[in-house]
Amino acid sequence: MAFTEPTTYKRSLIPFLDRSHSIAKPGFSRWLVPPAALCVHLCIGQAYAFSVFNLPMTKLIGISQSAPEDWKLTQLGWIFSLAIFFLGVSSALFGRWVEEGGPRKAMFAAALCWAGGFFISAIGVQIHNLWLIYLGYGVLGGIALGIGYISPVSTLIKWFPDRPGMATGMAIMGFGGGAFIASPLSVWLMSKFSTPTHIGVMETFIVLGVVYLFFMLVGSILVRVPPAGWAPAGYVAPAQTKKLISKNDVFVYDALKTPQFWLIWWVLCLNVTAGIGVLGQASAMSQEMFPGHITPIAAAGFVGLMSLFNMGGRFAWATTSDYIGRRNTYFVFMVLGFILYCTVPHAGSTGNVALFVICFLIIISMYGGGFSTVPAYLKDMFGVRYVGAIHGLLLTAWSAAGIFGPVIVNYLREYNITHGVPKAQAYNNTMYIMAGLLVIGFICNLLVKAVDARFHMKDSTEAGSAAAAAAAAAKA
Amino acid sequence: MSNTTQDSSTTLKLILAWGFVGIPLIWGVLQTLTNAMKLFQ
Repeated sequence: MAFTEPTTYKRSLIPFLDRSHSIAKPGFSRWLVPPAALCVHLCIGQAYAFSVFNLPMTKLIGISQSAPEDWKLTQLGWIFSLAIFFLGVSSALFGRWVEEGGPRKAMFAAALCWAGGFFISAIGVQIHNLWLIYLGYGVLGGIALGIGYISPVSTLIKWFPDRPGMATGMAIMGFGGGAFIASPLSVWLMSKFSTPTHIGVMETFIVLGVVYLFFMLVGSILVRVPPAGWAPAGYVAPAQTKKLISKNDVFVYDALKTPQFWLIWWVLCLNVTAGIGVLGQASAMSQEMFPGHITPIAAAGFVGLMSLFNMGGRFAWATTSDYIGRRNTYFVFMVLGFILYCTVPHAGSTGNVALFVICFLIIISMYGGGFSTVPAYLKDMFGVRYVGAIHGLLLTAWSAAGIFGPVIVNYLREYNITHGVPKAQAYNNTMYIMAGLLVIGFICNLLVKAVDARFHMKDSTEAGSAAAAAAAAAKA
Repeated sequence: MSNTTQDSSTTLKLILAWGFVGIPLIWGVLQTLTNAMKLFQ
């Protein structure tokens, strides 16, 4: 399926960043675009590893142990929460700007915000002002997360019309993999900059800011959009159209009026809720369900293994969706997830550690797969033109799930323990509730049908007015 | 001849671009895998 690019663009202060300057010349290999996307996603994926700074930042004054003036863990926890909140807000607010301005401008903006967030936070650490860190990493960094996350999505889909799931899966896999690099790198940098009288958090923030700025700028230089009408050599769009793969585009804000958007919103939200709750509690849960069998060191290894499956699942499931279809992929998540969540209490009661580990590794791979498959699902439903912006709006489901998941797991555990349930069985109800959530997700996914033709864009309506507005701006 | 030059230039760009992101990622994965092995000890 060849796509159409708008013929007029708004000019920016730095013309190099304009979409028109990033159109690929003949001979450009589309396989250069995934590394460009990974340059951004590997950097912003650092967010998952921010917790490595929490403990050192509670001892910035006391050094060997926390002093009364030092920050508390509860205060520091807000940094990550703010960043995830602003991820959802910025991806929803700036989605259309990202789509119309092009990936290079968006990646450049994300690079400045992300590095700027680290530099402001470094000043915050130096003068011991937590509000500056909230502003730097939380607000500015969160905006970078939102813009950076959605920046390469539609570009990759346009370059890989034959394998959109695999293409976006590669980028979103990078977001999962960013923590693998950031976590050991941050620990190593802090050890190098720390002295007996100083903890090297400030210096680490500065080095990370510089490194991430460099990587993300390379990504923005490398990225290209395909010329209008481009299609891969030998690619023939399927002659027989599938019911759930639309060839028509839907304008970003019209997508919000369709039931399909909200059904997919709930599918993503429920799939992520089920995964995120156990991801955050995996270490404690494994030790409490198997006391004496899983030590704290083994539990840390289990968490590491889960991170690998989270990353691998992003690529594997999104690629699979190119062959079996997006809706069917989510059916697999819901049905297999239901079976696995119901199996976990049995694994706990029989002391079967291997079964427990296998269940959670598959569950977490599907959690990652839920994130990476959804852009292609949206492209199937709403077309290519505004898929990045619509994806940005959909990421609010992630923010919501980030609240629901941990709340369900933590509060149910507390409730069970205060009502006399042994710790080893305290998670059983939670597992059944997660399985129940997936049943609701299954029904939502079942209700997804093709978008009604009245929502399809016509050149005389939004596309026309957008092009006219762009032309007017270019003249001015 | 010109096509061959273009092909080898593209291949070099691909190796550099994938190496730029692939090497740090593989390093990170190996670090995590080393830690994950503690589950089986």
